[in-house]
Amino acid sequence: MDLLKVTIDNQTIEVPAGTTILQAARLIGKEVAPPAMCFYTKLKTSGGYCRTCLVKVSKGSEKDPRPMPKLVASCRTTVMDGMEVQNYTSPEVVEARKGVVEFLLINHPLDCPICDQAGECHLQDLSYENGRSHSRYEFDRRTFDKIDIGDKIQLHMTRCILCYRCVKVADQLTPGRVHGVINRGDVAEISTYIQNAVDNEFSGNMVDVCPVGALTDKTFRFKSRVWFLKPFDAHRDCDKCSGKTVLWKYGKEIYRVTGRKDQWGEVDEWICNTCRYEKKAPSDWIEEGPRQIDRHSVISQNMYEAGTKFVDSPETLPKKQLS
Amino acid sequence: MQLTNRSKVVSNKEMTAAEAAYIPAVLKGMAVTLKHFFKRPATVKYPEEQREFSEVYRGKHVLKRDENGAERCTACGLCAVACPAEAITMVADERKKGEEKLYREEKYAAIYEINMLRCIFCGLCEEACPKEAIFLTKEITPSNYEREDFIYGKDKLVEGIEPSLRIDVSKRQDR
Repeated sequence: MDLLKVTIDNQTIEVPAGTTILQAARLIGKEVAPPAMCFYTKLKTSGGYCRTCLVKVSKGSEKDPRPMPKLVASCRTTVMDGMEVQNYTSPEVVEARKGVVEFLLINHPLDCPICDQAGECHLQDLSYENGRSHSRYEFDRRTFDKIDIGDKIQLHMTRCILCYRCVKVADQLTPGRVHGVINRGDVAEISTYIQNAVDNEFSGNMVDVCPVGALTDKTFRFKSRVWFLKPFDAHRDCDKCSGKTVLWKYGKEIYRVTGRKDQWGEVDEWICNTCRYEKKAPSDWIEEGPRQIDRHSVISQNMYEAGTKFVDSPETLPKKQLS
Repeated sequence: MQLTNRSKVVSNKEMTAAEAAYIPAVLKGMAVTLKHFFKRPATVKYPEEQREFSEVYRGKHVLKRDENGAERCTACGLCAVACPAEAITMVADERKKGEEKLYREEKYAAIYEINMLRCIFCGLCEEACPKEAIFLTKEITPSNYEREDFIYGKDKLVEGIEPSLRIDVSKRQDR
């Protein structure tokens, strides 16, 4: 098969035809890869909604070297032979992305101190790396009531950025989905069909793909903060999924179970709800060892060692301290 | 080999009769002591008398309430992760219906503990707090006999609801 030569931020790589600019940039490395909020490699037809991956194509191809007239979404644009792309080297792209981040944050409540996603939130990373430090928006943000979709997943519609990832999960992983996006424009929201509960064996993956804290694990709700937990690779024999997971532990106790995410924040393998919600005893798992965490991540800030004396759970503490 | 020229040669010379009697030396010492009777003492009679503290003195912590009397802390854990001495621990809980007067947001700290023996009063918790909930006050942490008594829970940290019990931290907020 022919390999196409593409140059992204002055770095050249050869990729097979049909590769998108985003995927080619990811092959080069983190320094040139545009951020992506809606694109998910393992979900078909994902991408093209959030516009954070906009890049400038300064040379269309070897045969037609004209630049593309507008910034293009790199997750949906396939490479051409001899294409030249500018990402962080183009001030236009950096400025456009700043605008996109500002728009994404317009209706975001910024309740990070409460949100369980804080610390592993893609929107936090995105706005920290590419956004402005303050908001110019002066009006009321849209509000929604919290919805329980199923007994294991909490939906905070206020935090949602409408990336459609969870809808694609439901479409592609589960037979017969019961939730989707209803309404249009600024009143669009993720919802179930007349308060229907989502109870499917793979529905928990919606929590993993959600780039923000809109869909969170109810069994982990307000239990701890991600930077107090230590992630460990573990596996178990599961008849429904691969059983390869990450255990988030505080001392000996397992607080939550998630899929293994790669450096782009995408899970390697989908895991089933049994593994995710019901297996929280250490005896259920065979541990492989601590997970590698980026040194700059807040999760590696975890200073609490196993064996330290932890605060007891609220039930076991004397009443006076609960005030 | 001589490394520095600070070394002294020890002499074993015999003391004179006056020196051997020690009386001039004792009197000299007494004079120094006597001089201090007429000087201002370096200490104060705590707790009757208290020293004046700087406006931004970093003493015992307070967990503030908002203007309606609801606790500001949401147990986000940023103070605990900022703490270089790992003195702060907390357990969060979800606010139930009817507790809106008690807690400002849907999550609150069910347990909030600061180990005052570990705390170095650096004020990083105050700096990290996104909710303006924790402040260091001019109050000092009293001494105690038991180690357990130095672990301050919410009973000792949260300020009272009544206006008279509120602790003014405006000097620290202005900075």
